[in-house]
Amino acid sequence: MAEFDLVMYEEEFRRIDEELQKLYQQANAKVLFLVDKNGQLIASAGDTHNIDTTALASLTAGNIAATGGIARLLGEREFTILFHEGEKDNIQISLIGQRVILVVIFDQRSSLGLVRLRVKKASESLTRIFDEIASKAEKEKAEGRLDESPFAEISDEDIDNLFR
Amino acid sequence: MSFINYSSREINCKIVYYGPGLCGKTTNLQYIYRRTNPEQKGKLISLATETERTLFFDFLPLALGDIKGFRVRFHLYTVPGQVFYAASRKLILKGVDGVVFVADSQIERMEANMESFEDLKINLAEQGYELEKLPFTIQHNKRDLPNVAPVEQMNAILNPNGIQSFEAVAMTGQGVFETLKSVAKQVLFELKKHY
Repeated sequence: MAEFDLVMYEEEFRRIDEELQKLYQQANAKVLFLVDKNGQLIASAGDTHNIDTTALASLTAGNIAATGGIARLLGEREFTILFHEGEKDNIQISLIGQRVILVVIFDQRSSLGLVRLRVKKASESLTRIFDEIASKAEKEKAEGRLDESPFAEISDEDIDNLFR
Repeated sequence: MSFINYSSREINCKIVYYGPGLCGKTTNLQYIYRRTNPEQKGKLISLATETERTLFFDFLPLALGDIKGFRVRFHLYTVPGQVFYAASRKLILKGVDGVVFVADSQIERMEANMESFEDLKINLAEQGYELEKLPFTIQHNKRDLPNVAPVEQMNAILNPNGIQSFEAVAMTGQGVFETLKSVAKQVLFELKKHY
């Protein structure tokens, strides 16, 4: 495979969640999402009840991918920040460590300046965590398959059951 | 690139439906959407033009059930088939775990099939993938039309390695779930190999 699969364990997830909760407080945001570049939701903070998080993750990744395409056409490596202004809510999307996408939704209780400032800080910590996840995955790959892999024994029957 | 989350005990896999314009990629997703229980599916998102041609992609998240205590989620995407959306097609293949090639069985669309198939291989190679190493299924769609090419002939052109292919009529659902199941199975077996 071209890239490593993203494997997230409890410990890393907790650290990511902590970072998001902190950012959520400090940036006065309404909702935060962390999405991988392929459109899968990794984590969120704030009130996500009224939001279709799966669709939002996929569309955000599409948005970032399209913007990345435009960047390359213009000879830029990447545009790292996208900002959409709405009547009530605004959304800032930033690319973190070339790997994951941080989405911040905020309203008039916060400001773009504050969001940018806090996101910048949080990006550094999140980049570190994702670097560690990547190196852990690489190490595990090098050492061969995981001992307690839950997938080693997937059978035809398991898969047939999914389609019943 | 599947995403395995031990914390929420979920596996997420991305499957892309590829093929020439108007071959029935979106129709496949629409049928799957209609025939899946509400609790197993998310919203079907279509980024389409006013004339209902796919502009960027369609997206359908499916959570069919659990395997070994992990919730298995498939994210189904289609690409825009029209030739001039090449740049967008490339983007959607990013991180793909499995590909379905939907071929239009009408004789006059054979050239379009071949062109799209070559385009698929080139775009995958640009992302560092080889089609031969990816979970892959071919669907010969529109078998109900009068002017269709024989499946053997289509396989000879599009399926030189003789992988499993399916005859389908996506409008009525014939072959749609068989195709999905085949590629999903390969994707999960790939996971088994790697983890």
